[in-house]
Amino acid sequence: MTHSPTVMSVPVPQGLRARCSEATCRVVSNTPVNGEYRLLVLDAPPEVLDCQPGQFFQLLCPAPENEHPFLRRPMSIYGYDRRAGRLEFLYKVTGAGTRGLATLRTGDAFNVLGPLGHGFSMPDTWQNLMLVARGVGLATLAPLARLAHEKGRKLTAICSARRADLAMSVALFESFGAEVIVVHDEDASSTPEALRPLIEARIAQGTVDAFYTCGSARLLRLLQTLATTHGIPGEVAMEQQMACGLGMCQACVRSFRVGGEVIQRRVCREGPVFPISEAME
Amino acid sequence: MKDFITPDTGTQIGTLALQNPIMPASGTFSEDLADVFDLDVLGAHVLKTIMHGMRAGNPTPRVCDMPSGMMNAIGIPSKGIDDFRDRMLPYWAGYGAPLVVSISAHSMDEFVRLCEAVSLPGVAAIEANISCPNIEADGRAFAMRPDTTHTVIERLRGCTDLPLWAKLSPNTGEPAEVGRAAQDAGADALVVANTMLGMSIDVASRTPRLGNVMGGMSGPAIKPVALRMTYQCARACHIPVIGCGGISTLEDVLEFLIAGARAVQIGTATFQSPTIMARLVTQLRDWMAAQGVSSLGEIIGTLEIPQAADGVWA
Ligand SMILES: Cc1cc2nc3c(=O)[nH]c(=O)nc-3n(C[C@H](O)[C@H](O)[C@H](O)COP(=O)(O)OP(=O)(O)OC[C@H]3O[C@@H](n4cnc5c(N)ncnc54)[C@H](O)[C@@H]3O)c2cc1C
Ligand SMILES: Cc1cc2nc3c(=O)[nH]c(=O)nc-3n(C[C@H](O)[C@H](O)[C@H](O)COP(=O)(O)O)c2cc1C
Ligand code: FES
Repeated sequence: MTHSPTVMSVPVPQGLRARCSEATCRVVSNTPVNGEYRLLVLDAPPEVLDCQPGQFFQLLCPAPENEHPFLRRPMSIYGYDRRAGRLEFLYKVTGAGTRGLATLRTGDAFNVLGPLGHGFSMPDTWQNLMLVARGVGLATLAPLARLAHEKGRKLTAICSARRADLAMSVALFESFGAEVIVVHDEDASSTPEALRPLIEARIAQGTVDAFYTCGSARLLRLLQTLATTHGIPGEVAMEQQMACGLGMCQACVRSFRVGGEVIQRRVCREGPVFPISEAME
Repeated sequence: MKDFITPDTGTQIGTLALQNPIMPASGTFSEDLADVFDLDVLGAHVLKTIMHGMRAGNPTPRVCDMPSGMMNAIGIPSKGIDDFRDRMLPYWAGYGAPLVVSISAHSMDEFVRLCEAVSLPGVAAIEANISCPNIEADGRAFAMRPDTTHTVIERLRGCTDLPLWAKLSPNTGEPAEVGRAAQDAGADALVVANTMLGMSIDVASRTPRLGNVMGGMSGPAIKPVALRMTYQCARACHIPVIGCGGISTLEDVLEFLIAGARAVQIGTATFQSPTIMARLVTQLRDWMAAQGVSSLGEIIGTLEIPQAADGVWA
């Protein structure tokens, strides 16, 4: 039997609509992408498809054998298409929750909550964008690249991975008109020392108005240095363990440096996207 | 055919009338849930515990999961009383559901000062979270013992005219005595109960899974304990008991009501399903209508104990 996608019906205040919903989606496919990642494609109701790149969902993962992922797992939106009713996640299998995700089969019903958090911004002054991501961080930047392409922005994407063949979504970024640079650990091209001159050369050419990054503390640190040195703004999508994903429980706080002061912010609510200049490890 | 009835889901907590018995548990609810459903469908709004002054809360990781539940060591990150008075109180005044303010402190004097400070127009009741460590008693929670419970509730009773709810802890060997101590000291209701102290270790790294090493268990795993304590307190006390712990389904709600609770609080279940409280309100009403139950009075405290079994485990 197949399940048609629906949202949990709950009363909302008159004249308003829920900003995020709990929805039962139907699994269209759930397939390995390479050795480490899997792509989950869902048939989703329109109520949850008003998404911004950088936002995320909280996924209620099925229990794999002998394991009990109780809390929902946060996952960035990899792709969304309101017209087609499609919602996609690209995930790495790491523990109980993501092992549970890997058990989903075509036709299964699957409960998601979202879209959540605040996504990336893209002011008009940011015409030349540099995306720097590592591993599954690329998943988070994929919808951003699509939007940038639609808005006619110029893109450079530096994709960092352990091995060249594990670099994700190169073709996807290229299809958005991006110049893609793959760097990896095997030839040490992914180290900050190697990346710095590469990025600075592009800054010198005047082709970097803003940075976007996700997935690596080392890359964040490098971009923070470059951002300060060259006065380039940017945004980072951050991660933290979550319980509610909505802002209620305060589980997901991180420290941020704002105007000389260190303050706590909730990754799920104020984030997961933050100014690169304010992020702390 | 059965007559159509519109059931009355209302319940009375002392002088406070609630439109239904479903309300959130402190620390698992905030204005952010208004993104998901209309918060005015709830019986009451219970806020995250506030303490005096600005506080950062515990180090991360602050949560971890376990089979049938979770553990948290959030601590009480608090923006203090000014934020409560200037920002939160006006926000919640926009709703019709009564506002319950949870307070806590590490000493009696601090508790009293905070209780006076939050006794403001717009606040319908004060919930005293007496499960936090008392630095004047070697860090033992007030709610662990009847005598410390009595002292702190008596002091709070003396400094506010608002309905005062005492939130008990399952980390005690004498729940009925603690409940009665709170009642004798002037509490208007008991909330039964807070989280159970637990711990979890990541074997690969041999490190605790929570930044604070120990944390509070919540969710379905603790439901039998909370239900047992609710029953014990409801039997020992005449003030209303509000059940709390692991409640996730209509069946759970009904169990607590039958055990003697006049209302229930929902915590962890909201993390799994943020729509759950709104759905429970509807489900309860529909169930009552289908069963021909016209008021909650027909359910509350109706546990029937077969004679032979009585006393075996007491
Ligand atoms: C906003 C956001 C977006 C994310 N987007 C993606 C994505 O697109 N693709 C992807 O593969 N991963 C993503 N992650 C990381 C993903 O949430 C974790 O890999 C996942 O929760 C691991 O769960 P597990 O049970 O398999 O692993 P376990 O290690 O067993 O998880 C144990 C607990 O730790 C939490 N946890 C573990 N790693 C992380 C982490 N990196 N961030 C937050 N919580 C964690 C889990 O949620 C769970 O509560 C994202 C995280 C956040 C916060
Ligand atoms: C993340 C989290 C934070 C909590 N914070 C508070 C708090 O600030 N004050 C309080 O009295 N109880 C707090 N609690 C306890 C809950 O209010 C409730 O008593 C407990 O979780 C049991 O109910 P449940 O199983 O439905 O969650 C917290 C629980 C959780 C899970
Ligand atoms: S996960 Fe609950 S506040 Fe962010």
